[in-house]
Amino acid sequence: MLPLPIFEYHKPRTLAEATALLASLGEKAMILAGGTDVLPNMKQGLFEPEHVVSIAALAELRGIGFTRGADGLEHLVVGSGMRLAEIADSMLVTRAAPALGEAAGLVGGPHHRAMGTLGGNICLDTRCRYYNQTYFWRKALGFCLKKDGTACHVVKGGAKCVAAASNDSAPALMALDAELLLLGQTGERRVRAVDFYTADGIRNTVLRSGEIVVRAAIPVVPGRRSAFEKLRKRGAIDFPLLSVAARIDRDPEGGIQAAEVVVSALGARPRRVRAAAKIEAGAAAAGLAEALAAGAFSECKPLTNLDEEAEWRREMVPVLVKKAVTRALG
Amino acid sequence: MAEEGPRRVGPPVIEKTPGSGLVGRRTRALLAPRVTGQVRYTDDIHLPRMLWGRLLRSPHPHARIVRIDASRALARKGVLAVITGRDMPERFGIIPWTPDEYPLALERARFIGDAVAAVAATDERIAHEAAELIDVEYEILPAATDLDSAIHKPEIGLGRGGKDNVSKEVELEFGDVDALLAGSDVVVEGDYYYEGSAHVPIETHCAIGQYDKNGLLTVWSATQVPHYVHRELSRVLRLSPARIRVIQPPVGGAFGGKSEPFSLEFCAAKLAMITGRPVKFLYTREEEFYAHRGRHPMRMAMKVGANRDGKLTAVDTLTHIDGGAYSSFGLVTAYYSGQLLTLPAFAQGYRFKSTRYFTNKPPCGPKRGHGSVQPRFAFEVSLDKIAEKIGLDPIELRRRNLVEANARTLNGMRVTSNGITECLDRVEAASQWKERRGKLPEGRGLGVAASAYISGTNYAIYPNAMPQSAVQLKVDRSGVVTVFSGQSEIGQGCDTLLAVLVADELGLDLGAIRVVSGDTDLTPVDLGAYSSRGTFMNGNAALHAAQQVRTKMVDAVAEKLGVTPREILVTRGALCVASDPTRSVPVTQAIELAEGKFGTLGAVGYYNTPELGGDYRGGTIGASPAYSFTAHVAEVAVDVETGRVEVKRIWVAHDCGKAICPTIVEGQMEGSAYMGAAEAILEEHVIGTDGLHMGPNLLDYKIPTSLDVPELIALLVESNDPEGPRGAKEAGEGPLHPSIPAIANAIYDAVGVRIDRLPFSPARVLAALREKREREHRAAQAAE
Repeated sequence: MLPLPIFEYHKPRTLAEATALLASLGEKAMILAGGTDVLPNMKQGLFEPEHVVSIAALAELRGIGFTRGADGLEHLVVGSGMRLAEIADSMLVTRAAPALGEAAGLVGGPHHRAMGTLGGNICLDTRCRYYNQTYFWRKALGFCLKKDGTACHVVKGGAKCVAAASNDSAPALMALDAELLLLGQTGERRVRAVDFYTADGIRNTVLRSGEIVVRAAIPVVPGRRSAFEKLRKRGAIDFPLLSVAARIDRDPEGGIQAAEVVVSALGARPRRVRAAAKIEAGAAAAGLAEALAAGAFSECKPLTNLDEEAEWRREMVPVLVKKAVTRALG
Repeated sequence: MAEEGPRRVGPPVIEKTPGSGLVGRRTRALLAPRVTGQVRYTDDIHLPRMLWGRLLRSPHPHARIVRIDASRALARKGVLAVITGRDMPERFGIIPWTPDEYPLALERARFIGDAVAAVAATDERIAHEAAELIDVEYEILPAATDLDSAIHKPEIGLGRGGKDNVSKEVELEFGDVDALLAGSDVVVEGDYYYEGSAHVPIETHCAIGQYDKNGLLTVWSATQVPHYVHRELSRVLRLSPARIRVIQPPVGGAFGGKSEPFSLEFCAAKLAMITGRPVKFLYTREEEFYAHRGRHPMRMAMKVGANRDGKLTAVDTLTHIDGGAYSSFGLVTAYYSGQLLTLPAFAQGYRFKSTRYFTNKPPCGPKRGHGSVQPRFAFEVSLDKIAEKIGLDPIELRRRNLVEANARTLNGMRVTSNGITECLDRVEAASQWKERRGKLPEGRGLGVAASAYISGTNYAIYPNAMPQSAVQLKVDRSGVVTVFSGQSEIGQGCDTLLAVLVADELGLDLGAIRVVSGDTDLTPVDLGAYSSRGTFMNGNAALHAAQQVRTKMVDAVAEKLGVTPREILVTRGALCVASDPTRSVPVTQAIELAEGKFGTLGAVGYYNTPELGGDYRGGTIGASPAYSFTAHVAEVAVDVETGRVEVKRIWVAHDCGKAICPTIVEGQMEGSAYMGAAEAILEEHVIGTDGLHMGPNLLDYKIPTSLDVPELIALLVESNDPEGPRGAKEAGEGPLHPSIPAIANAIYDAVGVRIDRLPFSPARVLAALREKREREHRAAQAAE
């Protein structure tokens, strides 16, 4: 089999120890959580860390519960060390943030969800069919912009990497307006999920070197409903060819207060559908799903970064958006 | 006739004995160690001081090797040796007439992934790293990466002599096809395309070479043909076969992908000889896709004619086959693409022209249903189109054109037992075909297809007069019988089959039988686990051997009980007087009596096919001592919004002659139907125009997960073949064939679109639906 390259392995016991260690190792280190992505990528020569810092033993990253935030709002707080299977099975998540629970339950296969963590999924490297291959294959191709090369094979002559955000949790957290708590050697900071991802396929998050995602806090709002849909060829294992999270806030009268739709597995940054932001408070539920589907269709243009069938994926955008919105409407 | 060459031994005489009741029972198979993780595969073998090997592969689809410099690799700590094509400049190939491969490319690399050098190092990681340090200078040559470039750019010169890219051309005609087609009431024409698929065994190729101080070379290999590996190792290494032993440990899936020698066996052997230490090679998943030998891409232009009464008139087929970089079994593939179509339902005239081309892609070869799955798809879909045109039920159409039992096919193949009628009846009844087909809600549909397949080929890969299969029995006076068999246990259950046949014949428990298989030092020659030959040939050899022992046991017991041997009945556990079962001798004692009377017990059994086949060039290819028959009905649900096809269930009726181990037969039927359904819906082995594999890994190449598998309903049909062991025929490959066309026909029943190109991906289904809507819209407009 493909051997893992040599690296030095660290397993800090506390969060403080981990951040200090990461600060001292700098760019030479990588964080290992569940390992479902980092280890295969190391075997393919995509990641070449000299140090691997496991955060699997950090109790501070565990837990799912409710807390009241400084704004007086109640939040669902999910530790980044929670396994995806635990999140999918959590009654609290299912009730307060169904889109996240559904997304976690659709990542990979059962083994990936048993090992993979929320934090790992949030920080998942972008994917591209010209990138997620072995060193031999990439060498035969002539390498690419994202690793070891200079050319983009998706957009000929392109200077910007368009590898796709492939983490199912990302659109869910964005649609649910989650806030991420990040901790580094210099202190902690809070970043909204919608601001966490950037449009750069080489590195698509604002996470700084040495920073750890500690937890995600999702506001609990009365009348808020959400749903998640994923497109893939098989019933399990596959990364998304599209993922869609929809959130609908209803007023007590049954009208629409606000809507959010995020479509991912397009480019490096999950796309917030602008048509959703334009929904005015008090809008009727009837026709909403169709309107958002049409809006998403005109805004989302899948690339050939994941497979050849970008046209089919594009056709599936409105189908998935409609499904997700319809379910979120309840 | 008398002056022709040496005599060829025919099939032995096998007595029709009643057995002792084990055949056909759902006994606990001998597969428990396999399903509980106790089996030791080749990669589980760790020898003292063992080195790891790694191949360096070409990153270019077609290139001349100018120079190889291994000095950087050899300087790496832990590296013991590097070899290149010059260390083994001897061609090999499974078909003796087309040897065109070197263990390591000698002058030219012919596809991305072609092996050009090999390294041996102290561990696997160092071997991988060191291979990257071998510097190869290439001169890049023009490449043919698809059928069109192979056909239209002969100057690339991949064929013999470099004149063109042709690997093999076959053209055969039976009857006056043009006249028959011209006189037909309907002729259906279609262009069908199959992109190719891989075997994807869970165990990738693995081999270990060991060279001892006596000069004995031992090679352990995950192969399904230890005998051919033995022969080719001898030829390529220029070593006497007497100095080579090939051991085939249990194999973790093969499906035809391990039916010939590969680079790693030669390199493990050579590096072991050079270093004096054992050397192991284990292919990565990516390398498995490069070693390939998967199902050939085929482009088939097929014409089928019929009359209004439902009688098929003639079939005319032009097939282009994409063979990849090397010959492999390609000569046979080219024949099989036509020869295996004439059963179970066929026409009065047939012409096929098949040309296999070389391309700069991983070499294609035999995959479960070698060469015949693709044309079967084209033909069974053609029949569906004809049935619709003449307004006949598709099952009825097939019934009106069946080749009978004990008949000859149009191309001269001898048919003995034939259970196709029962197969069609069974799937028709089980699926409630008459009540449901064409009447299900929009998006749901049923489709039917039928097929036949060989139970072993009588075409020995190298011409010889010797038996194709043999078994030796060693009978211990403790009551243990050891079966030595050259067959290859690759998960299909051939060891269990032998145990059941021998135990049944001798009245023993399964637990008293040991099976030693796949070891050229210990076991007699069997040609290997391919062409669905195991049950028929190896089973007959086992019966032949067991009956010799049985006769001695019966004689000894008859003498002891004072009756004639004729009066003795072998039952489970004891031999008794048929008319008075209270007079009996336990089997163990019977063995002792026989040993006392005749001396140490043991026997050799063999099997060779009778002379078979049509009297024309290529007429023996496709000839088999017996044919299995299959019918499928598939039920699909098509999501018209996404284009996704879900195969809900497949009813598989298969005539296996006699189910010696019914559970294993059903497993083969289900596994075959599943594999076919996967090729229909998901799997696609695609090489880009740059010659690069589109994703040699299990994320990009999609085999179904457990969630993607239809419900499979196996319906056993037993036609009791007169020459099969206890009436048995094959079950490992035949049941795959109808899967794809049955699903294609079900899609048509569900949503009214024909997709003549595999796989039936959501994008293709959606595009076909759109085209149909537009067509209907235009028709409606024209009507207004």
